[in-house]
Amino acid sequence: MDKILKMIAQRLALGAVTLFIVSLIIFLAVQLLPGDLAEAILGQAATPETVAAFRRELQLDLPAYERYLNWLFGILQGDLGRSLANQREISELIGGRLLNTLFLAALAAAIAVPLAVTLGVLAALYRNSFYDRTVNMVTLTTISFPEFFVAYILILVLAVNMSVFPSISNVSSDLGFWERAYRSILPALTLTLVVVAHMMRMTRAAIINLLASPYIEMANLKGIKRSRIITHHALPNALSPIINVIVINLAYLVVGVVIVEVVFVYPGLGQLMVDSVSKRDIPVVQACSLIFAATYVLLNLTADILSILSNPRLLHPR
Amino acid sequence: MTSNPSNGNKGEVLLEMRDLRIEGQSDEQWHEIVCGVDLTLRRGEVLGLIGESGAGKSTIGIAGMGFTRPGCRISGGTITFDGIELTSAPEETKRALRGARIAYVAQSAAASFNPAHKLIQQFAEAPVQHGVLNSSEASKNAIDLYRRLQLPDPETIGSRYPHQVSGGQLQRAMVAMAMACKPDLIVFDEPTTALDVTTQIEVLAAIKDVVHQFNTAAIYITHDLAVVAQLADRIMVLRYGNLIEEGETRAMLAEPKEDYTSQLLAVRSYQRDEMPPTQEDPPLLEVRGVSAGYGPLIKVLDDVSVKIERKRTVAVVGESGSGKSTLARAITGLLPPYEGSVLFKGQPLPPSYKNRTKDQLRQVQMIYQMPDVALNPKQKVRDVIGRPLGFYLGMDEAARERRMRDLLEMIELPADFADRLPGELSGGQKQRICIARALAAEPELIICDEVTSALDQLVAEEILKLLQRLQDELEVSYLFITHDLATVRAISDQIVVMLRGRVVQQGGKTQVLTPPHHEYTDLLLSSVPEMDPDWLDELLDKRAS
Repeated sequence: MDKILKMIAQRLALGAVTLFIVSLIIFLAVQLLPGDLAEAILGQAATPETVAAFRRELQLDLPAYERYLNWLFGILQGDLGRSLANQREISELIGGRLLNTLFLAALAAAIAVPLAVTLGVLAALYRNSFYDRTVNMVTLTTISFPEFFVAYILILVLAVNMSVFPSISNVSSDLGFWERAYRSILPALTLTLVVVAHMMRMTRAAIINLLASPYIEMANLKGIKRSRIITHHALPNALSPIINVIVINLAYLVVGVVIVEVVFVYPGLGQLMVDSVSKRDIPVVQACSLIFAATYVLLNLTADILSILSNPRLLHPR
Repeated sequence: MTSNPSNGNKGEVLLEMRDLRIEGQSDEQWHEIVCGVDLTLRRGEVLGLIGESGAGKSTIGIAGMGFTRPGCRISGGTITFDGIELTSAPEETKRALRGARIAYVAQSAAASFNPAHKLIQQFAEAPVQHGVLNSSEASKNAIDLYRRLQLPDPETIGSRYPHQVSGGQLQRAMVAMAMACKPDLIVFDEPTTALDVTTQIEVLAAIKDVVHQFNTAAIYITHDLAVVAQLADRIMVLRYGNLIEEGETRAMLAEPKEDYTSQLLAVRSYQRDEMPPTQEDPPLLEVRGVSAGYGPLIKVLDDVSVKIERKRTVAVVGESGSGKSTLARAITGLLPPYEGSVLFKGQPLPPSYKNRTKDQLRQVQMIYQMPDVALNPKQKVRDVIGRPLGFYLGMDEAARERRMRDLLEMIELPADFADRLPGELSGGQKQRICIARALAAEPELIICDEVTSALDQLVAEEILKLLQRLQDELEVSYLFITHDLATVRAISDQIVVMLRGRVVQQGGKTQVLTPPHHEYTDLLLSSVPEMDPDWLDELLDKRAS
């Protein structure tokens, strides 16, 4: 157990280093954006004096490394800075949005993960059957369409023609869980269709890969039913690759939802980021990017830890 | 012998195969791998199936369970188990028999136990799933069998995972698992092949005990005639999917009818006389007080000293984990030792291979256990042998080609093998290519790490004879690492016996092999199965007293 704790500590440290590097890249990338921020915000009518005053106020007159260090120390103290657009605290601005995005991701994952694993297990069980081919084809089709296309098709069928779900996901913090879930269901379904193929195919491949193992032959020769062989003998040993692909998809559900949020006007972090980019609200863009990066790092860390916990050799040393 | 009434009368036919034909698929084509074999097994009888790899013995054994491996199919004949025709029975009928009335014990317990579940869960699975016992009855049953098979801590060993017990214990746990439903028939597929001789005895004794105790019929598959002689009432000798000879064990051992059976019987008889030490000073290679290991904590070699003289063979013997291969790694510089030194002709070699000169590297070459893994499957024989010629000796293409032909001739392979890929060669031929590759560097010492243990016995003997001939012609020295005492007896001049990283005895072959031995050497030597069917019983009696 000590070994595992030590490993988790190591990974956490590594994650912190990764985030530091990412913060540097984000800052440099923003510096490379063309045009002067103050001019862009104040517009062409502004006098040079106003621009200079505004630059001072934003501390844009300081050298880049100093601005970076200020930003970094601010983050370390929990201060993400203020929005340029409305002068509000960014943490306050992001808080509710982040929760919305996480809610949507969780909802999509709650549908997609069990669905993908079940479909994958069944596909491995009935390998090369009509069912297997159909599932493969359908999931591949849904992943091949662009997200916005899938989104509009769902809106057309479920919102416009059948009128079962709302086409605009107007959620706010005062809604109850079910009402919230109901309003978020279309974006969640869109995301599900996008991520399910990847997870399902990995589950199927990981299980089939194990079916040639001697212990599977042994289970066959013990007269164990095929369904039990798959779920009881193959699946536990296939968990590590499956967990990894699930987590990568979960990360995508958090950070890759920009388009889906825009289509459904869902008040999430992706929306905020798109708005802020168009408004040149640089501190908000930087903060959002950093949160996305942190999500990736944390989820991958979780995958590593879960993979280790699913391996009895590491969990129960000799 | 107590007989179990539920298993019926001894003498009644339990399993019968008539004109069994099984086909295997390779390169999109079906070809016969079992060519019309008849087999009869009575209740309580132990039948030995013996033959080299490719003889079809495993295929026949699991066909007795109505099972074929992927890529195989039963193309003709009948398999009747207790009145049920398995070739035409529905899958559900066969599934109900497997594990319940016919059980299987595989070669590698480490691979055949599911790493994700505890031993006792895997024991209980068949009886619970077949509805024979409930899970608490099965657990009680497991503990009884674990005790009977003399596993340590029978009450608690079941709660361990497969990787937490040793190889011999795991193999016995698998025998216990096969007994879980008190089957009528157990198929043992090379159950002791992967074990050390000392461990093999425990497992053989355990198998013999339970099979007799429960009057279980068994098919015992092995390539080792001496092992099967201890257990089987009757033996069938197979080759290339055909039955060569069948008979009662004692009668067959005393008087084999076919040449092939005689060859198998004679397989361990090759032996050459010990050559006296040359007393040269300095010796070709000297290992002086070497301690080595992996990381600071795991010390595998402890103060090992060995001398190898010119044109002599030093055999290093010991069980797995005794440090034999680590010694080879320390000599070649793959694992720099913590202490001690390796001297070549009196000159110390740098501890790590990275600091050795090309010439120092050239003088010590290695041949490995698994020729399959040691050869790059994408390289033709020409490239495999040509590389050391170019690298160490700087030969140009024409010289390399000439030398490669000489080498192929030396290892008794035709010159057109140069254009073949390793996949087109048999196991023995691949090992010959590995020998040629080692010889190409013109070394003075070749380290042979278990070079015959992955090969069939007749092929292995050919390889040993070849190595001996090459030594006579080329005056190379061998450091021969092996766990097989027959090999040691066959070709060594000096023997080094290792136990847990230490040398417990060393000396000339005759001296080490003649009593009085060191205690451990005695254990090793007495554990090598002999063709005598009474050997195991007598040995166990002797050890018990």
